[in-house]
This record gives sequence, structure tokens and C-alpha cells, in this order.
Amino acid sequence: MSELSIFFALLTVFVLAIFVGFEVISKVPTTLHTPLMSATNAIHGIVLVGAIIVTVKLLDPAHALATPLLTLITIVGVALGTINVVGGFAVTERMLQMFKKREPGKK
Amino acid sequence: MIAFVLLRLAEIAAIALFILGLNFLSSPATARFGNRLAAAGMLIAIVAALAPSHGVGWWAILIGVVIGTAVGLFSALKVKMTAMPQMVALFNGAGGGAAACVSTAQYLLWERAHNAAVPLDVLTDVSLVVSAIIGAVSAAGSVIAFLKLQELMTGRPVTYRGQQFVNGLVALAIAGLAAWVMITLGVEPTWAYGVMVALALVLGVMFVLPIGGADMPVVISLLNSFTGLAVAVTGFELRYNLLIIAGTLVGASGTMLTILMGKAMNRPLRNVLFGAFGASGGMEVAAAKGGQQNIRSVSVDDVAVMLAYAHQVIVVPGYGMAVAQAQHSVRELADQLEKRGVIVKYAIHPVAGRMPGHMNVLLAEANVPYNQLYDMEDINPEFARTDVALVIGANDVTNPAARNVASSPIYGMPILDVDKAANVVVLKRSMRSGFAGIENPLYEDPKTAMLFGDAKASVDGLVSAVKAL
Repeated sequence: MSELSIFFALLTVFVLAIFVGFEVISKVPTTLHTPLMSATNAIHGIVLVGAIIVTVKLLDPAHALATPLLTLITIVGVALGTINVVGGFAVTERMLQMFKKREPGKK
Repeated sequence: MIAFVLLRLAEIAAIALFILGLNFLSSPATARFGNRLAAAGMLIAIVAALAPSHGVGWWAILIGVVIGTAVGLFSALKVKMTAMPQMVALFNGAGGGAAACVSTAQYLLWERAHNAAVPLDVLTDVSLVVSAIIGAVSAAGSVIAFLKLQELMTGRPVTYRGQQFVNGLVALAIAGLAAWVMITLGVEPTWAYGVMVALALVLGVMFVLPIGGADMPVVISLLNSFTGLAVAVTGFELRYNLLIIAGTLVGASGTMLTILMGKAMNRPLRNVLFGAFGASGGMEVAAAKGGQQNIRSVSVDDVAVMLAYAHQVIVVPGYGMAVAQAQHSVRELADQLEKRGVIVKYAIHPVAGRMPGHMNVLLAEANVPYNQLYDMEDINPEFARTDVALVIGANDVTNPAARNVASSPIYGMPILDVDKAANVVVLKRSMRSGFAGIENPLYEDPKTAMLFGDAKASVDGLVSAVKAL
């Protein structure tokens, strides 16, 4: 596939995802906006996958391209991505633990 | 072949789990399940990324993952519920930083492989520049938002003469360097890329500095969508659908939330970001007038009687409740009142607190059932039928000036109509004006009584006074 057709395939996915994003979010009530923000925050931690891919590419012994600086940058990338994923989901879980349904006035 | 098919299927499963997870987040009853679905999707995505690596670079990935898990888990489990907004900001910054790291590593890696003699392809070149810039702005901006909310630096807007001009200049310099890197397809001295990323970090700092603490919910939501976008663009760079879809979902949702909040405050986003709300004008006016005069201060016992013999009480929580950590005491007061047959409802303004839904989370922490919490549109008609509106540490969201004083900076912002209630009791630390620095005529209303002091101490006092009746 040529570069251009790859680009348009990716762009199509991007545009469709925008619509899905708006659609899914517009149903969430105000009460849940904080957990929602926190959960979506965890989901963009998917960048961790990108960090892993680049690290593997860098440290591939077949190319022997790694330098200390580059290795450090990728490790920092993986660490930051992991903070985003782990912290994001854990904090959301903690918030949602508190949303319990109870009949008003009853103990 | 089979491995390839399995990996692609795993990626599709991860995407489906993200979308389903967000879907389940639309109801409090299923939200937890939704969060876990999304987390499961993330786990699948990570395993699918690791599987084809044949253990290459395992030690580097392990170091990063161990450090990240330790830091992320520790801070997520240790943080107090009231500090939630800044924690979300920090995790968001980490994501933005990771996107910038990925792009920078990609760029340097390519440079090292080809000695900068071979041009990058257009798609990789453009997307790595864009994702590095947005990621860096988001990371630095999130750190400033964290510092402001954690009160490690002033929550007030930091402004100086010519600020917009300086910010514009920095943005222009970034755009110039970015264009250079893009047009030459990366075949230019590496310093251009380095300076570009450094300036993007500077811009992130300077962009959040002039925004006041009260507008932080909008900023965090916006930065969240920035990081989402940066991650989506990283997906273009790596030609990886999973990153594009997940990043875009977040970018779209963050944008949507930001717009909703702007609407709730009836202020265009431009005004929030560049208006330096409550910076100089409003505050100085309030100070010059020496505060408000005709206010009525009452004692805890007076308020206790008023509450105990009311038919319906509406609690209006604000940031003051969060600061004083008074949510548990508020719940206890509500329990006492309900025991006496008083109907207690909570009125939640969309921008009360420092994060959308901030009050909901705090009250949920104190076990207030969420069906007692009412949105602004639902509760406003109720105030006329209410005996006492109990305002706890909320200010600007109750300010009637938004309705009728055209010169007020918050004119036009929808507010909670607390002044329609038969009696208004305002719990407040002092007569200092709110974050926006605007006087509140509600306090001069003859039916308003002020109960000064720390919100938690006042509410605790009310609990024992009501018990004693």
C-alpha cells in the first residue's frame, strides 16, 4: 500500500473515532463527569503501547542503534505511560467505589 | 500468520472494551464495571504489544513499568478524595509527557539510523512533530494545574503586561521551528527539534499560569483532550489504529466536556483561557469598597433551630466544603435532619468545585445517596418551595448579580436560585470574596444569615446543636 492510501485508511479511522467519542460521552450524566474524565484519562495511557513499540525498535540487537540517552528517553516514556494507565484506572476505581445507591433517609 | 491474526483480533477486542467501558460509565450502577472493562482492554492491548517483541528490550520496559506502577499506584491509593482533581491532572501530564517521549525517541532513532542524510516520510515527520508539541504543552500545563490546585503556588491568575503578546510570540516560534522540521523532512540540525520541544514546554506553563483556580475544571478537561489528541497523532506516527482510536475517543470526550462546562458558565472558551478571570479588575474593586456592610451574622444555635423545624432544606456545596473536608459532617447533619422528618436535597452547580462533578464525588465519598443530588435545572424550581437554603462554601455559583447586574464579570452565568428560598444561610470563612473576586449581593439580602467560621467546624456545631434540640 502506498503511503497516501495508508494515511487515508488511518484518517478514516480517526474521523469515525471522533463520532464514536462524542456519541458515547453525550450519554454520561453530570454526576459521573469526574469519573468519566478520570477514566478517559486512563484510556489515553494507551500511549504506553507506543512507548513499548519504540523501545523494542530501539533495543533490537539487529540494528544496534541504542545510545544511553535514547534508552533513557524510552524508559521515561514507558514509566510515564504506566503512571498514566495504572494511576488513572486505580483512581477511577476508587472514585466509583463511593457511588453507592441507597434509599434516602434509610441507614 | 496465526500470530498476526491473533494480535490483530486482540487489538480489536481492546478497542471494543474501551468503547463498551465508556458506555457503562453512563450510569452510576454500572460505572465500576465499565472502568474495569476499559482496564481489561488496556491489559490486552499491552500484552498484544509485548507479544511480538521476543523479549527484546525486556529489561528497559520492565524498569519503566515497575517505576510507573509503583508511582501510579502509590499516588492513586494515597491521595485524599479532595485532592482528586490535581491527581487527575498529574496522570494526564504523564500521558502527554509519554507521547512527547515516544515522538522524540522516534525522531532521534531515525536520525541515528540514517545520519540525517535520508529524509523522513511526510506522514511520520508531520505527526511526530505535532504529537511532540501537543504532548509537551499538555505535560507542562498539567504540572502547573497540579501546582495551582495543590496550592504549591498561588491559585490566582498570574498575569503581567503584554502576556498575550509573549505567549503569541512563543507559539509563533514553535510554529516556525515545526514548519522547518516538517518542510525539510527532518533533515535539519537536531537542535531545531530540541528547541521546539523546549518551547512547547514553556508554552504549556505560560498558557495555564494566567488561568485562575476556579477555572481549573475547564483547563483539566481541555488538557485531557490535548493528551488524547497527542496520543492519536502518535498513532499516525506509528501507523497504529489502536492508539488513534483510543486517543481520539479521549480527545473527543474531553472537547465535549470542555464545551459543556463553558456552556454551564455561559462563557465562551476563549474568555476562560485568555480572559484571566478575576485577575485585576474585579478584585481591586471589591477591596476598594472595603467589602460589604449590611450583613447579618447568626449563631450556630439559631441556624440549628431554623433547620430542625424546616420542611425542606437544600444544601448547596462549593469549594469551601472541599477545602474544609466537611462532606462527612454535612452527611451527618443531613441524617440528623432526616430523622426529624426534614427533606434534604443537594443542589449541584455544574462548575462547583475544581473539577466537573467534584461535589458529586465528595458527597459520594461521604455516602450521600446520589439520588439526593440534583442538577441545577432540576433543583432551581425547588428553591421557591424550600424553607432553608444552606450554602456551604459556595459563592459565585449563588451570586444573583449573574442574573441582573450587567456590569458584573459573571453576568449571564446560570446560577442556583438560592435567593428564592424563604431563608438563606451562608457558611463562609470570612467576608473575603470568592475566587472570581466578585461581590455577592446575596449576602446583603435581608433573608440571608451568615455563619462565619471553618465549614467543618460550623457543620459539626450544627450537628450537635440539632441533636440537642
